[in-house]
Amino acid sequence: MAQKSKAAAAVVKAARSADKISTRALINGLVTDFVELHGDRSSGDDPAIVGGIGYLGTRPVTIIATQKGETVEEKIATHNGDPEPQGYRKALRLMAQAAKFKRPVITLINTAGAYPGADAEQHGQGEAIAALLEASYQLKVPFIATIFGEGGSGGALALACADEVWMFENSIYSVLSPEGFASILWKDSGRADEAAGLMKLTPSDLLSLKIIDQVISEPSNQDKLVKNLKKKLILKVAELNQLAPEQLIEKRLARFRKF
Amino acid sequence: MYLFKKNSYVETHPRRQPEKQFKQQVPDNMFIQCPYCKRGFYYRNFGTLRVCPDCGYGLRLKATERLNLLTADYTPWDEDLQTTDPLDFPGYPEKLRKAQAATKLNDSIWTGIARIRGLEIALGIMDSNFIMGSLGTVTGEKITRLFERAIEQKLPVVLFTASGGARMQEGMPALMQMAKISQAVARHSEAGLFYMPILTDPTTGGVTASFAMQGDIIAAEPHTLVGFAGRRVIEQTINKALPEDFQSGEQLQKNGFVDKIVPRSELSDFIAQVVSLNQ
Repeated sequence: MAQKSKAAAAVVKAARSADKISTRALINGLVTDFVELHGDRSSGDDPAIVGGIGYLGTRPVTIIATQKGETVEEKIATHNGDPEPQGYRKALRLMAQAAKFKRPVITLINTAGAYPGADAEQHGQGEAIAALLEASYQLKVPFIATIFGEGGSGGALALACADEVWMFENSIYSVLSPEGFASILWKDSGRADEAAGLMKLTPSDLLSLKIIDQVISEPSNQDKLVKNLKKKLILKVAELNQLAPEQLIEKRLARFRKF
Repeated sequence: MYLFKKNSYVETHPRRQPEKQFKQQVPDNMFIQCPYCKRGFYYRNFGTLRVCPDCGYGLRLKATERLNLLTADYTPWDEDLQTTDPLDFPGYPEKLRKAQAATKLNDSIWTGIARIRGLEIALGIMDSNFIMGSLGTVTGEKITRLFERAIEQKLPVVLFTASGGARMQEGMPALMQMAKISQAVARHSEAGLFYMPILTDPTTGGVTASFAMQGDIIAAEPHTLVGFAGRRVIEQTINKALPEDFQSGEQLQKNGFVDKIVPRSELSDFIAQVVSLNQ
């Protein structure tokens, strides 16, 4: 157990590492001619979610990604990558737009969770996520989600009800943070490492639970990393594009019905 | 002017401790303090509906208690499903057994078909006494099957929510229930059928971020705690104390997320009214 905790804690640390590839670098490496689109058309624009369109290889796709930001100002504006309801509503709007133009949707996720702020609560954080969960199921185009750092609870799930869910080698996906888990269970957030060992939040654990479909290797060379992910995305999008919308939805239904 | 020279305090005998004496004389549970308005009442004043005579807050009920208040005509579904222990979580099987014994449920929700005011309804009632009404894999399966059966039998769904969110003892498979249930809700909706969640105290976390907010009409009991993030987490994040009613159903109604606050005594009539209107 102790060994398992150590290994899991190392993955948690790596998932949150300052050296983790940034959302911008990832998007710029994956797509060309990227045009960022802003706003949810009702209450604002959340910088914690970057959305836009670009070419994945030769195919136009919609990209929706959480963003922690690189400078201190950006990190403050994005609450270190924790989206607010207007961010999720922007994602919802871009998904509908993608379906209209038959563009596949690619989500890139690195968030500790939906932002627990007073405004977020008043603007319906719960409703915004709930709406995305329904819309993800009904989406008529291929949808691939990749968790590349932290995948925190409902705030990550909101963008991950996809045809395929992938995780970077150094990433986590969990119901709550190991710190939160330890503080609820043992009233001691200092035992987070121990909690990490229990929680089955690493890519290999989640692959064996069939929560995710693929683990993306993460070499320290970021060019290599992005190139490899791009190749896999192009192949998978081409494969999913063979299916009729009804088939896609049926498969997506079966994917989540089994849990 | 003796009147103005009165002491501002009353002297009592130093050895006397009135509170303690009071406590010793009153049997347990004879007086209940309303958790919302904090006023104390003789237990019978809460009545069979268990509602505070002053503020109208409804005490938390077991699912079976609520069911019996709503109808005597029902058939339960999926009572035999048993949860697995996907994380091999220490002490979890024991915790489950205790919760099952206390609530007489296999997991944190009762589901079935019920007749309310003559109308057939696929009914779900979550029980906050079962590990805080948390959403586990069996809870999720029962809710999903509730919607699937409702689609087959062309029934409306009424679901009383009460939950602390996804069950951490079951890890990611518990979180996946939010996605699974949302799909079932969407399919039920696509079939043109009516769904109404009724938010009861407390409805939070992953339940708020999924089926509690996906209804055609969303109702809530008076003074129900409804929210996504926990109050303490928000206060720590923004470093400010929040107003008392910050996450109440009434506040959500003001913000546009709840249609109607329905007192417990009017629930059956209200359910019958909106189900009839939405057939």
